[in-house]
Amino acid sequence: MYDAPKLEANVEQNDIKINAKNVQVYYGATHAIKDVNIDIEDKTVTAFIGPSGCGKSTFLRCLNRMNDTIDVCRVEGDILLDGEDIYDKRVDPVQLRAKVGMVFQKPNPFPKSIYDNIAYGPRIHGLAKNKADLDEIVEKSLRRGAIWNEVKDRLHEPGTGLSGGQQQRLCIARAVATEPEVLLMDEPCSALDPIATAQVEELIDELRGRYSVVIVTHSMQQAARVSQKTAFFHLGNLVEYDDTATIFTNPKDERTESYITGRIG
Amino acid sequence: MSAGLVILAVVVIATLGFFLGRSRAIRSAEGDVRKLHSLPNYYGQTVFLFSAVPALLVTFAWLLLQPLYVESQVSGMITASDIPEGGSLSLVMADVRRISTGLDLAVSSGNLTEGQFSAMRADTTDVRAKLGELGVAVASEVKQNVFEAAKAYRAQTGTLRMAMTVVALVLALGGALLAMMRITPEFRARNVSEAAVKALLILSSMVAILTTVGIIFSLLFETSNFFRLYPAKDFFFNLTWNPQFTGGSDLGIAPLLWGTLYVSFVALVFAVPIGLLVAVYLSEYASRRVRSVVKPAIEVLAGIPTIVYGLFALITVGPLLRDYFAEPLGLGTSSSSVMTAGVVMGIMLIPFVSSLSDDVINAVPQAMRDGSYGLGATQSETVKQVILPAALPGIVGAILLAASRAIGETMIVVMGAGAAAKLSLNPFEAMTTITVKIVSQLTGDTEFASPETLVAFALGLSLFVVTLGLNILALYIVRKYREQYE
Amino acid sequence: MTDATSSNIPSGKKHATSLVAQDARTKRRNAAEARFRAYGVAAIVVAILALIGLVSSILYNGSSAFRQTFITMEVYLDPAKLDKDGSGNLEKIAKVSTFGYAPLIAKGFEKKFEENPNLVVEGLNAKKAAKMISKEGPAELRRMVLANPALIGQTVKVEFLANGRIDGYFKGRVTPETAKLDKNVSPEQLMLADKLKEAGLLKTRFNFGFLTRADASENRPEAAGLGVAILGSFYMMLVVLCLTLPIGVAASIYLEEFAPKNWITDIVEVNISNLAAVPSIVFGILGLAIFINFAGLPQSAPIVGGLVLTLMTLPTIIIATRASLKAVPPSIRDAALGVGASKMQAVFHHVLPLAAPGILTGTIIGLAQALGETAPLLLIGMVAFVREYPAAPPEGFFDPAAALPVQVYNWTQRSDPAFVERASGAIIVLLVFLLAMNAIAIILRRRFERRW
Repeated sequence: MYDAPKLEANVEQNDIKINAKNVQVYYGATHAIKDVNIDIEDKTVTAFIGPSGCGKSTFLRCLNRMNDTIDVCRVEGDILLDGEDIYDKRVDPVQLRAKVGMVFQKPNPFPKSIYDNIAYGPRIHGLAKNKADLDEIVEKSLRRGAIWNEVKDRLHEPGTGLSGGQQQRLCIARAVATEPEVLLMDEPCSALDPIATAQVEELIDELRGRYSVVIVTHSMQQAARVSQKTAFFHLGNLVEYDDTATIFTNPKDERTESYITGRIG
Repeated sequence: MSAGLVILAVVVIATLGFFLGRSRAIRSAEGDVRKLHSLPNYYGQTVFLFSAVPALLVTFAWLLLQPLYVESQVSGMITASDIPEGGSLSLVMADVRRISTGLDLAVSSGNLTEGQFSAMRADTTDVRAKLGELGVAVASEVKQNVFEAAKAYRAQTGTLRMAMTVVALVLALGGALLAMMRITPEFRARNVSEAAVKALLILSSMVAILTTVGIIFSLLFETSNFFRLYPAKDFFFNLTWNPQFTGGSDLGIAPLLWGTLYVSFVALVFAVPIGLLVAVYLSEYASRRVRSVVKPAIEVLAGIPTIVYGLFALITVGPLLRDYFAEPLGLGTSSSSVMTAGVVMGIMLIPFVSSLSDDVINAVPQAMRDGSYGLGATQSETVKQVILPAALPGIVGAILLAASRAIGETMIVVMGAGAAAKLSLNPFEAMTTITVKIVSQLTGDTEFASPETLVAFALGLSLFVVTLGLNILALYIVRKYREQYE
Repeated sequence: MTDATSSNIPSGKKHATSLVAQDARTKRRNAAEARFRAYGVAAIVVAILALIGLVSSILYNGSSAFRQTFITMEVYLDPAKLDKDGSGNLEKIAKVSTFGYAPLIAKGFEKKFEENPNLVVEGLNAKKAAKMISKEGPAELRRMVLANPALIGQTVKVEFLANGRIDGYFKGRVTPETAKLDKNVSPEQLMLADKLKEAGLLKTRFNFGFLTRADASENRPEAAGLGVAILGSFYMMLVVLCLTLPIGVAASIYLEEFAPKNWITDIVEVNISNLAAVPSIVFGILGLAIFINFAGLPQSAPIVGGLVLTLMTLPTIIIATRASLKAVPPSIRDAALGVGASKMQAVFHHVLPLAAPGILTGTIIGLAQALGETAPLLLIGMVAFVREYPAAPPEGFFDPAAALPVQVYNWTQRSDPAFVERASGAIIVLLVFLLAMNAIAIILRRRFERRW
C-alpha cells in the first residue's frame, strides 16, 4: 500500500484516526495530489515535510475539507475519519470541521476580544449551556493553549493586540475550544520568531496527549523535534512515511535522502 | 483683434520661437549637438514656454476681468430713473451689453457707420426696432442714458480689446526674445523647461482647489446677500416655506430639510439591506460565472443617469404606487410622493452601496474566513459573526456616502417627490426637498436680487455643508478601516 | 489497516457521534444557512428586476417615439394666395404668413374627398379634416415655397406630419372614446384617419426627424426632435474633453509622481476626493454664480455647460488617471532613471504611455457620466426653449442650445401625453450613446489591459 511497504512492521500501538486511500486532488487541470495512501494515528504528532509546492498543505486541507471553499478544487478517493468517509454526501463539512480543527500559517485572530475569539467556536456549535459553562470552556482552552497566564487579566481586549506568538497560541486555543479530535496545523510557526516557535512547539508536544496532531512544516528540524511520525511529500506523491527517527536516520527512498541532506528543496 | 485670433497669434509666435530657439542652439554649438547641455528640442521648448505661457495667462485673465471693469465704469452712467419698475441694475446692464453687441453687428454688417451711430440718439430714433432688424432683441424701450452707456460700453470694450492684443503680442514676442538671448551651449535648457512644465502640472492640480474655493466663495457671498434681505433666524427656524412673488415670503428650511431626510431615509431603508446582501452574496457565495454576469448587470444600474430614474419615477413607479398602494389604503392621491422618490432613489443607490460594500468585504483578509471555517462555522455564521463585524467601519462609511448621495440627488426628487413643502409623516404624500427648491427658485422668473431667488444659495450652502460633513466623515472612517488591514 | 473502525474512538468525547448523521443543531444551522442564502438571491433578484423594470418601462414608453404618422396630401400652391401680383418677388411671398398656407391644405383635403367619396366621413368637412395635419404642416409648406418659389402654381405632393392625437391613435394612446372628451381631436377624424390609411395616404413609419428636428412648442409634440439637444450635448462633451483630459492628466501626474508628501498635497488629495462626492447641483450653483453672473458668459450656452461639467468630471478623471499611473510598476521608472533620464523624461516617455489605456478608459467613463448629468444644467439656463441650431464651433459654443438629458426633463414638464413618449424616446437615445461609450471603454480595457 505504501511506497515503503516495510513500514507496517514499525507501526506502534496507537489507534488509527484517519485513513486515506487513493486520494487524488485536482486544481482545475493540475493534478496536485497523486494517489496518496496514509494512516494517521491518534495521540501522535504526524509531520508532513517536503519542498514547496509538493502538495503537503493541499493534502492537509483535504482532511477537514477546507478545499471545499475553493471552486476549482476536486478531491477523489476516500478519506476515513474513524472509519467514516468524510467526503460522503451526507457529511456536513461544518460538523466535520468541529471534529477536525485547523491552525493556519499566519496567526488569524478575529478582530474581537480574546474571550470572544475562543468563545466563537463553542457558541456556534452550542457547546455551552450557559455563561458559566462558556467561561469554563474559555479558561480550559486558554490553559490548553498555554496562554492563560498571559491573557487572564485582559480577556476582553482585542486578540489582534497580542504578539505574534501569543496570537498563534490563541488560535490554537481557539481550535481546541470546539473539542476536536484531530488538530491540523499548516506551518504554524512560519510567521513566528525562534522564541515564539519554541513555545508553540512545546505546546504541540503537550497537545499530543489528547489529540491526533498533523503538522505541515518547512523545517526538517521542527519535524524532527515535535513529531513521532513523518511523511515526505514530493511533487504530489507521498514518497515515504515512517517513524520520524527512521526517516531522518535511515530513509528508504533516494528522494527522501536527497531532501533530508539538503540536495533538493 | 478677437480673442481667438490673439490666442492663435500667440501660439504662432511661440511655435516660430520653438524652431528659432532650436536652430539657434544648434548654431551656438557649431553644429555639434553633443556640446549642448540639453537636447536641441529642449532649447526650442524653453522658448515656446517663455513665449506662450505668460501671454496666454494674461489674455485669459484679461478676458475674465475686462467685462467687470467696463461694467463698473459704465454702470455709473445709469441713473436710478433709468431702471424700470420691478427691474434691477443688472437687468439694465444686460440690455446695455445687448445693445452694444447689436451696434457691433450693425457696424460689421455695414448697416451703420461709426459716425452715424455716435450721432444717433435713442429719443429720436427707434433703436429697438433698428436692433430688432438685426436680430438683436431688447426687452424694453431704449432710454437715452442706456443708449449712451451702451455706446460707452462699446467704446471701452474696443479700446481695452486693442490694449489686450498689444499686451499679449508684446509679451509673446518679449518672452521669445528673452529666452532666445539666453541660449548658449551651457544653458541648462532641459532643467528650465522641465521646471516650467512642472509649474504647469502644479497649476493644473490647483484647479480642484480653485473649484472648491469657487463653490465656497459663491455660496457664501450670495448667502450673505440673502441673509441681509431675510433674517437667518427665520431661515433656520421658521417652519413654513411659502415664497410669494409680491414679497413677504416665508422661507423656512425646515419643511425642505424634513422632505430631504424623509426621502433619503426611505431610499436607504430600501437600498442598504439589498445592496449589502447583494455584496455579501456576490463576494461570498456566488460562483465565478454568476458573479461575472450579475456584477456588471448591477454596475449598469450605477451608470444610468439620474434623469432616467427620474423619468422612471414619473411615468411608472409613481402611478403604480398611487394606484396599488396609496389610493386603496386611502393615504393619498398623488403620484409624486416621498415613497415614489424614495423607492426609485433606493434602486439608484443599490449598486452604489453594493459596490462600496463589496470592496470593504473583499478587504477582509481570507485568513479570517479560513479561521472561521476551520472552526466549523457555516458560511452565514462566518458572514454574520466574523466578516460583517470586521467590515463594519467600512460599511458604515459606505452607508454615509450613500446618504450624502441621497441628500444631494436632484433629478429623481424633482420628478418624483413633488413640489409641496410640508411637514408630514405620510410617505404617500407629495413633499419637497432642498434640491427641488434650489432648482425651482433658480429657474423661475423671479428677479435675481430678491430673497426668493437668493434663498437658493442659502439652501445650496446648507446642502454643501451637510454633504461635505458626511463625506469627510465617511472617507475618514473608510481610510482608517483600510489602514487596519494593510 | 483499513479495518480501523469507530470502535477505536477514544471514549469521553462530546463529539463521539457519527459524521453522517446530522444532529438537530446542525440541521437548524444549515436551515439558517439556506435562509441567508435565499435572502442573498432575493436581493439580487430585486436588483435585477429593478433594472429590467427600468429598462422595459423606458423601452415600452419610448420606442414609439421613433415611429411617426405621416399623411400624404397633394397641395395646389395657389398663386392667387401666395403671390398675388405674380411678380415672383421673394420678399412679397415671404409676407404670406403660415396662416396663409393652412387653407391650401384644407383645399387639398377637399379635392381628395371629391376624387374619392369613400373618404368622406359624415360631420367632417375639409377644414376640420385639415386639422389632422400637424400645426407644423403649414410652416413646412411655407419653408418649402420660400426655398423654391418656382413651385407656386404647381400641385405638390407633400408628406405632412400627422397631428399628435392622430399619431397617438395609431400608437394606442387615443381611442374614439377618449377622442369624444378631447377638444383637439374628434372620433370623426379618427375614422377618416383609418380610411386614409386604407387608401395608403397615411403611413406610420420610422421617424428620422426625431433625431434631427429642433424642439417644438407645447401643442405640436409630433414635430419635436432631438437635433438641437444632441448637437448641444456634443458641443459640451467637446469642451469637457478638451479641458478635462489635459488638466486632469497634468494634475494626476503631479500628484502621483512629483508632489512632495506635505500638508498642501494632503489638502489637495482630500479636496479631490470630496469634490467627487459634492452633489452635482452645487456645481450648477457654482456655474450660475461664477460663469454667468460673474464672468458674464451667456446663459444656455454649451460653453458654460461644458465648463460646469468639466469641473464636475475632473475629480473622476483625476482619480482614474492616478489609479492607472499607480498601476505602472516602479521598476519601469527605475529603469528609465537608471539610464540617466530625468524624472520628467521617465514619466513622459515611459510611465504615461503605459498608463494611457487606463487614462482613456477613465476619461470615456467620465464623459459618459457628464453626458447624462442634468441638474447643474438646469441652473445655467439650459432649460430654455431653443429652436435654432447653434452655429459651428467656436461661435456655436456661445449660442444657446439644449442638452439631451435636459430636453428629457423639459418634455416631462409639458402637459400633452405625447411628450411622455418623446421623453422616453430621448432617454433611449441617451442610453444608446452611453452604452456605446461604455462599450468603447470596455473594449479598450480588454484590448490594452496589462497585468504586471
